[in-house]
Amino acid sequence: MTDTDYRRVDDVVDELFARHPPQSTEPEEFWGAQYDLGLAWVWHEEGFGGLGLSRKDQPHINWRIEEAGGSTENRLRNLLGIAMGAGVLTTHGTDAQKQRWLRPMFTNQEIWCQMFSEPGAGSDLAGLSMRAEPDGDEWVVNGQKVWTTLAHVSKWGMLVTRTDPESPKHRGLTYFVVDMEADGIDVRPLYQITGEAEFSEVFFNDVRIPDENRIDSVGSGWRVSLTTLMNERVAIGGNTVPRGSGRIAEAVDVWKRSGSADPLLRDELIHLWAEVEAARLTSARANELASAGVPGPEGSIGKLAWADLNKKITSFTLDVMGLEGTLYPGGYQLTRPTSFDTSMPQKAFLRTRANSIEGGTSEIMMNILGERVLGLPGEPRVDKELPWKDVPRG
Amino acid sequence: MGEGDPMSVSYAPTEDLELIRTTARQFLEDRIGLETVRELMMSEEGLDRGLWKEIADLGWTGLAIGEEHGGAGYGLTELSVLLEEMGRLVTPGPFFASAVLATAAIDTAGDDVQKASLLPRLASGEIIATLAVFEEPRGWDLPSLATTATADGTGWVLDGAKPFVLAGQQADVIIVAAGFDDGIGMFVVPADAPGLDVTETPVLDPTRRQADILLNGVRVDGSALLGGGESTISLRKTLGIGTACLAAEQVGGSQRCLEMSVEYAKTRYQFGRPIGSFQSIKHRCADMLMKTEHAKSTAYHAVRVVDDDDEFAIAAPLAGSVCSEAYNWIAGETIQVHGGIGFTWEHDAHLYLKRAKASSLLLGDARYQRQLLGQAIGL
Repeated sequence: MTDTDYRRVDDVVDELFARHPPQSTEPEEFWGAQYDLGLAWVWHEEGFGGLGLSRKDQPHINWRIEEAGGSTENRLRNLLGIAMGAGVLTTHGTDAQKQRWLRPMFTNQEIWCQMFSEPGAGSDLAGLSMRAEPDGDEWVVNGQKVWTTLAHVSKWGMLVTRTDPESPKHRGLTYFVVDMEADGIDVRPLYQITGEAEFSEVFFNDVRIPDENRIDSVGSGWRVSLTTLMNERVAIGGNTVPRGSGRIAEAVDVWKRSGSADPLLRDELIHLWAEVEAARLTSARANELASAGVPGPEGSIGKLAWADLNKKITSFTLDVMGLEGTLYPGGYQLTRPTSFDTSMPQKAFLRTRANSIEGGTSEIMMNILGERVLGLPGEPRVDKELPWKDVPRG
Repeated sequence: MGEGDPMSVSYAPTEDLELIRTTARQFLEDRIGLETVRELMMSEEGLDRGLWKEIADLGWTGLAIGEEHGGAGYGLTELSVLLEEMGRLVTPGPFFASAVLATAAIDTAGDDVQKASLLPRLASGEIIATLAVFEEPRGWDLPSLATTATADGTGWVLDGAKPFVLAGQQADVIIVAAGFDDGIGMFVVPADAPGLDVTETPVLDPTRRQADILLNGVRVDGSALLGGGESTISLRKTLGIGTACLAAEQVGGSQRCLEMSVEYAKTRYQFGRPIGSFQSIKHRCADMLMKTEHAKSTAYHAVRVVDDDDEFAIAAPLAGSVCSEAYNWIAGETIQVHGGIGFTWEHDAHLYLKRAKASSLLLGDARYQRQLLGQAIGL
């Protein structure tokens, strides 16, 4: 960021702090004021939570708020809205849509979820089946979504639907924002291998969505979905964690507590530590290069690397625990917990199995690296030009 | 930096770094392309003295030597760019032994007089030097050395054997690590010293030669002892610098292997398709990319923190272990992607495989580097 930008941002932050002392202001009020001053998404236009600066100026603002004892927890609590939904609205939404949704999204008055995957459309997202049919100035939606984080507490959902089954799969999709409290929506907990329901299945039965909640034009749903996914990747790859923190720290703790003198375990632990550090330095390098305007392949590599490392580390941790690793303290409770604490190594071992599936499988990530970064040819596609209704499914 | 916020280290290439890189790549491709590499690899000496002079005239041999000693006054970051570029083309010769190991040994352990006498001649390319340290095949942790230095009047007498000396036969000056009363000392020995017996050894990677050196009552002056005394710490630092530079070289080789594999996967057709359209090949290439980028991150970090001893104690073995494993795997998979042609003498893939394996053993294999890393991070 240039010195002028720094000064400008710092001046506005000072103004925010003067009028709404971070430690004594209610978070919701503080976040509202932060939005009104353009410090929510500083790269947005003025009036929509931004100052028209660079995305790279935001971490400094967040850091200043945390330093001053304020909270930036809204970003995590409404992650899908703030990290992804907002980007979709600014890229594809109308001014009225931005006006309606951005502020309560940022203040956490309205939580957002994202409904993309379906039982029949995982990696092949563009093959999805959920139908939306026009009816006057409304759309009627039927079908099922799956793996929806936060669906049960959300006010709004980002939804991609099929509006034209006669077109090839990428061309017949339309994107909506749906009121999760609307009639005909049924949110059911989806229990995972941990026994906990972190996600939901969402069933749509003649759900009516007003046309004013359509994002971008009819048939451009694939393009809008790609914007969502790109914002997701920026959100995942955007942070550099401290050295030796997170899962590897837990593995080190368990290893130290075990008192093991096994040289094989020790070598494996250091091996994992080294791989984690290499991945971490790669994120740091990618962030620096991206902010210097030289985006390289390092960013796309992060998700792939972390998925694999998380699985290896948590598996190793159970090895260190030996027979204790066969226990599951507390047992499997089929519940929908309010927090997803995975500090128990056995649970972490189970939960990380999803890391190479959620948000794009590792196979898809490798296709992206191979085709978009290395320029290797794609697989021959048997479904690309077929009308969606004629594509074999099963 | 200590606990190390990596963001306080900048990885963005500066103008100088970019200039060094483009100049080096152009010179190496024009003057020491892979055909030349093959000629040198099979030649008697493994080195073209004319080319060595050209490299010296370009300022490469003195890149990290201070200006007061006739060098360019750059640091390890700039030097490592040269190594990375040489790694891309498996450049033969004693550059690593002389311009990295021996130069670093003199620079870290030598006194002012020794530096003033040796560094200008290394910078100008007038002499080639090397460092003779290891005695046991896996003796990278420097157990008590069997090579000894015995005081003899004002000088020393050296006895022992160094069976794995890089560029031993190409070097004019050999810096010998020997045990004496206070620990390990490094002694500057001219290659023509009486009692010094240098025999070239056939090696796995013929682009980088080695010699078996015997020292039978080799007499040197008192001034031959670098720093005038024990220098175990300097020697370890020198080996760390070597590890970081070797990591940069491994990065260059990995990157080139990745490029070769991708190029081949795009142009080789089987079953009516480029083989790179098959996920088994595509994903292998994606893995190569990921490992190359991880290797780069550790190597670039190591050379940038060389002046911070605590951080460098972590960063050098980290780079050593990550880059060694990455390059070995990538060079091996490069042969696999190329199939039968990749196994031939005619194809270049084997040059990289040999360089990868040998370079991962020179200063300590990945397991040994992990031991060092474990000590540095308290595991």
